Amino acid sequence: MYAPAVESEIKTVVQQAIEKHGYGHDALIPILSEVNHALGYIPAEAIREVKRQLVYPGDGTFVSQGQLYGLASFYDMLATQPRGRHVIKFCENAPCHVVGGKAIWDALRETLALENGETTADDKWTLLTTSCIGLCSVGPVLLVDDDMYGNVTVEQIPEILRSYE
Amino acid sequence: MPFYRSHVLVCVDPECLEKGAHEVVDALQDELVAQGLIDEIQVLETSRIGSCSSGPEMMVYPEGVHYVGMTADDVPFLVEEHFLKGRIIEKFREVHKPIVDEELGPLRPKEVRVVLRNCGEIDPMNIEDYLAVDGYQALGKVIGEMTPEQVIDEVLKSGLRGRGGAGFPAGKKWAITREVQDDPKYMVCNADEGDPGAFMNRRVLEGDPHSVIEGMIIGAYAVGASYGYIYCRAEYPLAVETLNVAIAQAREFGFLGKNILGTDFNFDLEVRVGAGAFVCGEETALMASIMGQRGEPRPRPPFPSVKGVWDKPSNNNNVETYANVPQIILRGADWYSSMGTERSKGTKTFAVGGNVSKPGLIEVPMGITLREIIFDVAGGIKDGKNFKAVQTGGPMGGCLTEEHLDLPLDYEALSRAGSMMGSGGLVVMDESSCMVDIARFFMEFTQAESCGKCTPCRVGTRRILELLEKICDGKGEAGDIEKLEDLCHEVSRNSLCGLGQGAPVPVISTLKNFRAEYEAHIYEKHCPAKVCRSLIRFEIQAPTCTGCMVCARNCPVEAISGERRQAHHIDLNKCIRCGICMQVCNFNAVSVLS
Repeated sequence: MYAPAVESEIKTVVQQAIEKHGYGHDALIPILSEVNHALGYIPAEAIREVKRQLVYPGDGTFVSQGQLYGLASFYDMLATQPRGRHVIKFCENAPCHVVGGKAIWDALRETLALENGETTADDKWTLLTTSCIGLCSVGPVLLVDDDMYGNVTVEQIPEILRSYE
Repeated sequence: MPFYRSHVLVCVDPECLEKGAHEVVDALQDELVAQGLIDEIQVLETSRIGSCSSGPEMMVYPEGVHYVGMTADDVPFLVEEHFLKGRIIEKFREVHKPIVDEELGPLRPKEVRVVLRNCGEIDPMNIEDYLAVDGYQALGKVIGEMTPEQVIDEVLKSGLRGRGGAGFPAGKKWAITREVQDDPKYMVCNADEGDPGAFMNRRVLEGDPHSVIEGMIIGAYAVGASYGYIYCRAEYPLAVETLNVAIAQAREFGFLGKNILGTDFNFDLEVRVGAGAFVCGEETALMASIMGQRGEPRPRPPFPSVKGVWDKPSNNNNVETYANVPQIILRGADWYSSMGTERSKGTKTFAVGGNVSKPGLIEVPMGITLREIIFDVAGGIKDGKNFKAVQTGGPMGGCLTEEHLDLPLDYEALSRAGSMMGSGGLVVMDESSCMVDIARFFMEFTQAESCGKCTPCRVGTRRILELLEKICDGKGEAGDIEKLEDLCHEVSRNSLCGLGQGAPVPVISTLKNFRAEYEAHIYEKHCPAKVCRSLIRFEIQAPTCTGCMVCARNCPVEAISGERRQAHHIDLNKCIRCGICMQVCNFNAVSVLS
């Protein structure tokens, strides 16, 4: 899904995010979320760029790279490492757990030979757990990119995975 | 704001327009004037109600009658029959409901819907739908007829308590925020519904966003706030979108912005989206996140009502608390407090999950028993199994047992039993759940979500988790239970915020209620529920096995051997105890032993 970010692209993405959310301190998380969404993750260069573009304008905010990295590493939805073309987010929370979520999680790990947070060598898949997405009435639930799968069974896993290029 | 006894919503989508919707609206206006009803019945133009295939469509509230295929010539008949004589005209009635809501479904036995009353009934993307079901009438009443003090009194009298789980009286919080001498003041809505298994707030935000917005505006009027934030988690993209649409529409209608309803009261609102951090549901962490910082909690006092967002007084309530407010104002504190127990009033929404027949979203009056919730409202335990435990209050709540099932739903009663009301997650477990595994599981969650700021929580939760993993792994030793109890006590007592203070509760409650299971794991190396992988083994029952080879083909580690049509055998040294063989066997020939 994501090609490696090139420098000029990072500059534009950051600029657009700042234009959209403003220069205020309270815009930092929206800006980083925007960058994360556009690039798939927040490369170190993007953090430098956010700092550079925020600090220099007259009405800008002073923010250190450390602060920005602190935000990017604190929030689960912000990634500091590149991810695969497809990201699987599995809900391993209690309601999904008690209706058979663990078997699904084990099957995913075994099929992809990945542990939580890892990416396959061909950069196709990243496997993650997610916080509860509130679809508990159809658990176990998993997301592939933005597609939701509910009432998932172990047998469905290969079928679901096959439908992604 | 005038009070209408009835509202007629006429669809003015292109398709209905072509079939004469405007003529119907004009005829309605004329006829209502002619009959002298124009001050009692409001005609609104709205977007799509149904399929538009059979011509001008309209909804009549409060009855919720859906009429289709009516022309301007039929209008005098409609006004006479429906509005003067109160008779529904079956001839024009559309029998299908306009919006189908599978998550919520029809009212279940013993349910009372206040907060969820509009979900699935109105179009959340259209403010006129909300207006038609008495929307913003409470705001009109508050601004037109009540002083801020009277509003606070009414909310106080209703007995409404914080629905985020802590149960602080909402009216009292409003009074405290009002009394602080500092400007500006903020309203904050905690829509960071992070408890696994709890999705009540998501449903309200997606299905009836204006009730929350109206509650916040009323609160702002009462405490004297001029700006507000709704902090919504990023895992709920649809809720964020719905809220943004609703806020824009409320602004357009003059319910938000400057000079609200023609008075000198100003209040505006924005949605702030989280970025995935459970701890941001804690109010001080939430406010830090609004200000663009890491969501780390800080010690209280000062409480947000005194020093909150941008160090200014900030009134923070949860989605459900705000959504109750308009109804309390309209129907009165006495009506609200007529439901519930002595100290817990009104209704509470729950997301019932786990091993019940009918999981989903419910709203029940306070004072109902857990037994009624599980067996009458949620349809009892699935697949004819036996009830074992119910966890109330989310990941920091306790696991209660059979003996607690007749407890009334009440903040104090649940605390006394060793759990809590929490925000409304309810996970029901049957006999196939291992309580040590459940405790380990919740600890894994809170440990991962610990923000790391304070040592008892950062280190303590990890040590507790390690002990639980050791016990589940069959390596528990004498003294481990006591060590767990000590650690839990210290972490509860010394942690900075609710996350650390509550994290040990699932362990404490399972130790209290299911101690024998811990002892079985430690002393007998036995998992009674047959869940913990290290303590179980799978066996193929030779007499039942047909030798179909399905298990052998599906085994990920090739631990199963045997000829076709011959009984198979599992090599326990190779087996990783994943249970796939048991799931795929069509003859129930694989059993699990401990």
